[in-house]
Amino acid sequence: MGLLYGLIAVGLALIFGLMDVTNFAHGEFLMIAMYLSFFLFAFFAIDPLLSAPLVAAALFIFGAVVYLLIVRFAMRAKANAGMVQIFTTFGLAIVMRGLAQFFFTPDYRSIPHSWLGGKTISIAGIFLPEPQLVGALVSILAFAGLYFFIHRTDFGRALEATREDPGAVALVGIDKNRVFAFGWGLGAALVGLAGAIMASFFYIYPDVGASFALIAYVTVALGGFGSVFGAFAGGIIVGLVEATTALVLPPSLKSVGIYAVYLLVVFIRPRGLFGSI
Amino acid sequence: MDKEFAARRRRDLIIAAVLAAIAAATPLFVKDVVVQNILILTLMYAGLSQSWNILSGYCGQISLGHALYFGLGAYTTELLFTKFGVLPWFGMLAGGVVSALIAMGLGYPFFRLRGHYFVIATIVIAEIGLLLFHNWEWAGAAMGITIPIRGDSWLKFQFLRTKLPYFYFALALCCIAWFVTWWLENSKWGFWWRAVKDNPDAAESLGVDVFNSKMGAAAVSAFLVAIGGSFYAQFVSYIDPESVMGFQFSLLMALPAVLGGIGTLWGPVLGAAILIPLTELTRFKFGGSGRGVDLIVYGTLIVLISLALPRGLLSLFSRPKKTGATR
Repeated sequence: MGLLYGLIAVGLALIFGLMDVTNFAHGEFLMIAMYLSFFLFAFFAIDPLLSAPLVAAALFIFGAVVYLLIVRFAMRAKANAGMVQIFTTFGLAIVMRGLAQFFFTPDYRSIPHSWLGGKTISIAGIFLPEPQLVGALVSILAFAGLYFFIHRTDFGRALEATREDPGAVALVGIDKNRVFAFGWGLGAALVGLAGAIMASFFYIYPDVGASFALIAYVTVALGGFGSVFGAFAGGIIVGLVEATTALVLPPSLKSVGIYAVYLLVVFIRPRGLFGSI
Repeated sequence: MDKEFAARRRRDLIIAAVLAAIAAATPLFVKDVVVQNILILTLMYAGLSQSWNILSGYCGQISLGHALYFGLGAYTTELLFTKFGVLPWFGMLAGGVVSALIAMGLGYPFFRLRGHYFVIATIVIAEIGLLLFHNWEWAGAAMGITIPIRGDSWLKFQFLRTKLPYFYFALALCCIAWFVTWWLENSKWGFWWRAVKDNPDAAESLGVDVFNSKMGAAAVSAFLVAIGGSFYAQFVSYIDPESVMGFQFSLLMALPAVLGGIGTLWGPVLGAAILIPLTELTRFKFGGSGRGVDLIVYGTLIVLISLALPRGLLSLFSRPKKTGATR
């Protein structure tokens, strides 16, 4: 489960953590991805696992378009840049939720009989639910990929440079908007991947994103902004903490443990575990 | 410059008095209950947003967890009333004090944090509060508290047949919050806060007590918001964790100030005067469908306003380079 949070958080780590842009609509990106995956299954009988690349591609375009149409302008604000970003993306989240209610109705939906749903696998006597296992696997791959991407490719360097000093970057001929649009696309694609996998074992409804979004923010902040590895570690810690809290406290309080650990960590280390900014 | 500044402050006070008088007279003409309801909520959010603005606007510590203080105010008042028979008027003050103390207690660790880490911490602490109240049997858990209504009574601050007392209380709250802001704006605290907001390190080096000025702002802000929470509880006469401590309240408190002009004297009032009627009307007009049209309209408006006017609606009126103070 922790790696699943990690998977949702990895996209956010890119947008929020590496580009330092607040995205309050991240949960809604997840929701859209889950619906996409649901409709691909319902109309074309494509299993969520197969449709994951399609969903990710669609979300890539969506993320880039959102950046170019909305976020680009929010970042241009000279005053209160932080608040403008918070409220434009929050407004966007509300619109997306409204649209989802309008077109998809507020009903709960789920994908029956997917390849993964409800199956378990036994490794050395421990039964593990297959979907979570696949989720964990994809999550590790996604993190490794992102880590490689940020630290080993020109694009990754361009991204980091753009965050640090957009002006200087422009001087050496890098188009800030192109870099950030690509970054947003990639972040959205990753959450698309998460959505496609989660669609096979979670209920899908217009507000589904909200419940995961806060935990994703906490995960990214816990690991520390500006660090891919931090977000990954954050995801694992969050998962472990949630599991242990659920053993000690009533299930409805399981998130309290996560939040308390976040507070504890930032009180001791105000930049998160591996944060650089 | 000083003379001009003093004149502006006097002008602000006069405008406020005139507006308050006009507002106080509206119930004479507006008899429709739905409209009165919208007016009450508008005034309440204007007051709340004004209080939020003290910590987040003037002092620059963006809090998205003020729902915690709103909820604490509501719960303190109603728990004291239903369990111990303490009149809501005292409960209100108790709620304010409890919230201010908690805000200062939380301030100790919180104010070391900066930027996103601080914002997320405020969201998280409100969420913890929400979950704890959800599971606190004695305080009604998820069922909440229904306030027993036994007819109109000023003593118990509950009214069945008329909304007027609520209206005037909300107006008073809004005026008090505005006046406190007006007063603080020109005090030592006000200047310290703006210094802390603009550059905490520079402020510290010039002898501003950064930590304590943040604490002061948090306490005042939390106290006023808690009073608002108590009022809301009496007004709707039923509370549960979601309905007084949910994340949406944190945003609804911040939104008017941001739309009107964050860190300004008039921003929250202006923002609330436009935003809250708009919210209620879209809900009234489109909300019945249950298909989220109200959300679409509302969200689009937020996106457009924050993109078009990043400094808030007030920036439409400000003439550049006229005044000396940050406006």
